[in-house]
Amino acid sequence: MSSQHPGVASNRSCRRRAVLRKASVPFALLAGAVVLGGCKVPTFGAFRGATTQGHAEFKLWVGLFIAGLIVAIIVWALILWAAAAYRRKRPDQMPSQFHANIPLEIIYTVVPVIIVAVIFYFTVVTENQVDAVSRHPAERVHVLAYRWGWRFTYENGQGRPQGVTIQTTAPPRALALPATSSQYPQLVLPEGQTVRIVLDSNDVIHELYVPAFNFGRFAQPGHTNVFDFTTTRTGVFRGQCAEFCGLYHSEMLFSVRVVPPATFGQWLTTEQQRQAKQGATS
Amino acid sequence: MTLIAERPAVIGHPEEHEHGRLGVLGWLTSTDHKVIGKSYMLTALAFFLLAGVMALVIRTQLAAPDSTVVSQHTFNELFTMHGSLMLYLFVGPFAFGGIANYFVPIQVGAPDMAFPRLNALSYWLYLTGGLTMVGGFLTVGGAADFGWVAYAPLSDAVNSPGAGPDMWIVALVLTGFSAIFTGVNIVTTVFYLRAPGMTMFRVPVFTWNMLVTGILILIAFPVLTAALVMLWADRHLGTHIYTVAGGGVPVLWQNLFWFFGHPEVYILALPFFGVVTDVLATFSRKPVFGYRGMIFATISIAALSTAVWAHHMFTTGTVLLPFFSLMSYLIAVPTGIKFFNWIGTMWRGSIDFTASMYFGVGFLVVFLFGGVTGIFLASPPIDFATHDTYFVIAHFHEVVFALVYGAFCALYYWWPKMFGWMLRERLGKLSFWLFFIGTWITLISWYIVGLHGMPRRIAEYSASTGWTTLNQIATAGAFVMAAGVAVFLVNVYVSWRTQVRAPGNPWDGQTLEWAAASPPVHHNFTWLPPIRSERPVWDFNHPDHTTQQVHRKEAATAPSDPAAVKTAHGQDVGEERHP
Amino acid sequence: MKVESRFLLFLSMFAAVTASIYWFTSYEDAGSVMLLAVCLLGLLPGGYYYWWSRRMTPRPEDDANASQSDGAGVVGAFPGSSIWPFVLGLGAAMTALAFVFGFWTALFGLTLAISAVIGVIVESRRGGVH
Ligand code: HEM
Ligand SMILES: [Cu+2]
Ligand SMILES: [Cu+2]
Repeated sequence: MSSQHPGVASNRSCRRRAVLRKASVPFALLAGAVVLGGCKVPTFGAFRGATTQGHAEFKLWVGLFIAGLIVAIIVWALILWAAAAYRRKRPDQMPSQFHANIPLEIIYTVVPVIIVAVIFYFTVVTENQVDAVSRHPAERVHVLAYRWGWRFTYENGQGRPQGVTIQTTAPPRALALPATSSQYPQLVLPEGQTVRIVLDSNDVIHELYVPAFNFGRFAQPGHTNVFDFTTTRTGVFRGQCAEFCGLYHSEMLFSVRVVPPATFGQWLTTEQQRQAKQGATS
Repeated sequence: MTLIAERPAVIGHPEEHEHGRLGVLGWLTSTDHKVIGKSYMLTALAFFLLAGVMALVIRTQLAAPDSTVVSQHTFNELFTMHGSLMLYLFVGPFAFGGIANYFVPIQVGAPDMAFPRLNALSYWLYLTGGLTMVGGFLTVGGAADFGWVAYAPLSDAVNSPGAGPDMWIVALVLTGFSAIFTGVNIVTTVFYLRAPGMTMFRVPVFTWNMLVTGILILIAFPVLTAALVMLWADRHLGTHIYTVAGGGVPVLWQNLFWFFGHPEVYILALPFFGVVTDVLATFSRKPVFGYRGMIFATISIAALSTAVWAHHMFTTGTVLLPFFSLMSYLIAVPTGIKFFNWIGTMWRGSIDFTASMYFGVGFLVVFLFGGVTGIFLASPPIDFATHDTYFVIAHFHEVVFALVYGAFCALYYWWPKMFGWMLRERLGKLSFWLFFIGTWITLISWYIVGLHGMPRRIAEYSASTGWTTLNQIATAGAFVMAAGVAVFLVNVYVSWRTQVRAPGNPWDGQTLEWAAASPPVHHNFTWLPPIRSERPVWDFNHPDHTTQQVHRKEAATAPSDPAAVKTAHGQDVGEERHP
Repeated sequence: MKVESRFLLFLSMFAAVTASIYWFTSYEDAGSVMLLAVCLLGLLPGGYYYWWSRRMTPRPEDDANASQSDGAGVVGAFPGSSIWPFVLGLGAAMTALAFVFGFWTALFGLTLAISAVIGVIVESRRGGVH
């Protein structure tokens, strides 16, 4: 980055340049974090994201968090320094009555504009990655949210029903169990493949929220939301309705199980047969 | 008889005005902005305490997994009423109906608000509206339980039947009109009742912020009222404005609500920006740094705040993400200007650390991080991951806690002026530290538990989530904060029992309220100093230390005797009367 | 009056610009209409003040060199005290509650509100009760 400026100019412009140099640190770190791919950096409390979309969000989070923390620390330091250093020492102490400094004010208008422009750029890039939908998803799942449960209907990549529906069966209880409990439905997804989710609701607004995917989206009556999950690792993840939907909102749980594609195929066939038999008998 | 207010001449004589009736009848019939302002503040503080108790119940419920302290239904009522009371009945009315009502007329040198009877009507609408909202608890089905945002179609007659939700709607219409009337009053007062020489660019930053807040109220509240009327029509007249069944559009409610809701956030915040600006300047013994920049920043924030509403709707999948994200980011620029100006105001000052100043600096420290996390949330991908989680709860409580600091800052600063006796400084500082420590304990655990995926508005969770410890810490923090508020109440009681009389100008204040008596007489002033800058009282008290600008302009003519300044300038202006 | 009008006109221009950008990028009608309303809200009073500010001699409060004696005298008539705002508020609240509990509360409410309006008019004619 910028080289040193050995003792030049007046004290004043030197200080100003120091301010600028300080301000460039967040960008360096931000850029660094994004280039590194974010895999080596700490998570700052967040999930790394078990989908490609969620991981893109995670990288943005790390960059923004570092930039935000640096800005916060600089401003906090200035506030506390001013508060500590300029305490009244004598009751009759009379400070100089300066009240403006136009060049300084311009600097601290322009610098935030630049910061904003940079983070806006990274935001738009990430947002496009997260919201992109593939033309040829491997699988489609129609998710219906309702008070108080979920229904996952499997369709193939072309949207043809595959005869598999997973649904909340028990009525809401007074107390929530672990999300992975068999009380709640489980969405099974193939690892490494892109699955299209088609989401809506038939009563009030709900939100399909999978913390480990760093993703939530409203399920709304009258408006269908469409997005992709491209999972990156196997595992079981908890999910929950995040938008308040009435009395048993806290009980509206589900889980997501990501399995290797082969296992997914087996699971789908077994479920097809089981559900077909069930349909025949009932 | 109607009082014909007269502007006192330069060297006035205290006029003995009638003080009106005393007692309950005096309170019911008063149209004095000072009485109304105090009523507003007191009522708002009562709602604050009530909503605070609800918060403690919520926190107690969440302190353990599988908790059954309250039922799910009660829990839903509690968070709805906690949020509604805090936002609709505490912060806004306290700041705008209370502090602004009391101090805007005084800061511009006016005898009262422009429309005193309308002002009184505002208060009565606020009080009846507030009682109506709380009254929902007395109905058979209980109070409203759809969150303070009342999203359609959850708020329709099928999903939320009963009188409680209707009372919530009616209450908001009443308090909405109350806010609109006060808005009209404040704007008119600032435009038409300023004292001679009080040009717009000499109006103190506090009053400027209240003026801009007033305009924002006029922009935002009518939209809310209209949205509520349509919601009522959906519930009772069989219209289908927000319900899909008859061809309505649920997301329309969100668009209307947040078009009110985001400006509302600044309606709550701008007043306290103003309070803190005045307080920092006074206790630093300096003029506000970048006075004009402050005002332009306030106006820009207000303007931008009308174009960011859908950042609350990123996860609906129905809004234009880049537009709202960019507009929201841009608000950081004027807010940043304000922060640096606040720092500049303290810079090389002579800072007196009173309790009020503690809360002022506390406001800066807390609000700053609320702003930073707000920037995170203005990024749609990050909002997808954290929307409706405790991360958001932490973000906006960081902001609203800062407003509570602003409220205490204002109370400690202006209490002597309003009541004529001082609050105890040491108890004030104790209250500050408790509140400050509690704030961070609570907020940090909320941020983390939110990132771990805990949604908001859940009545309970299972231990398998791993959220238990963080929730316990958060609850502990909430009780520490409550202790801070309790110390404030003790402070008021102690200071009231053994009163220390307040002088007219205990803090070496700069703006016109410090030229009035403590408390001010009826119609406020018996005497006004000449107004030559945005801090006339300071100029009068420290003629050798006025701001450079004034200094330069007047250096040639200004005699050192302040009384002479007045007459010197009185001569060269015609005898034009006030219209 | 000049600063006041410029302040309102600035808000109005800002809303006009954002309204058009918003409309042409989203074609979302609710938000565009509301932004347009903001534009009008600034434009009407702002334009009026602007028109007026060019015609009037500056008021003492717009004059940087005015002294207190320039504004001395009557500022306006301020009602000393009045029971009618309270009655009107109560009446309005009871009328509003009719939307919850049925029209019977409106009977009381409207009675109170109408008497309050009459009361205020009479009071203003007589010069008010103190
Ligand atoms: C001691 C201080 C406070 C504590 C401990 C507290 C606690 C809480 C908690 C735990 C919730 C989440 C309820 C949930 O989502 O389940 C909540 C929600 C909320 N709080 Fe507070 N709060 C406090 C002060 C305030 C203040 C000062 C304000 C505003 C001025 C405020 C405004 C809100 C709002 C608007 C909500 C959202 C309600 C909703 O989801 O509909 N709170 N509060
Ligand atoms: Cu829900
Ligand atoms: Cu907002």
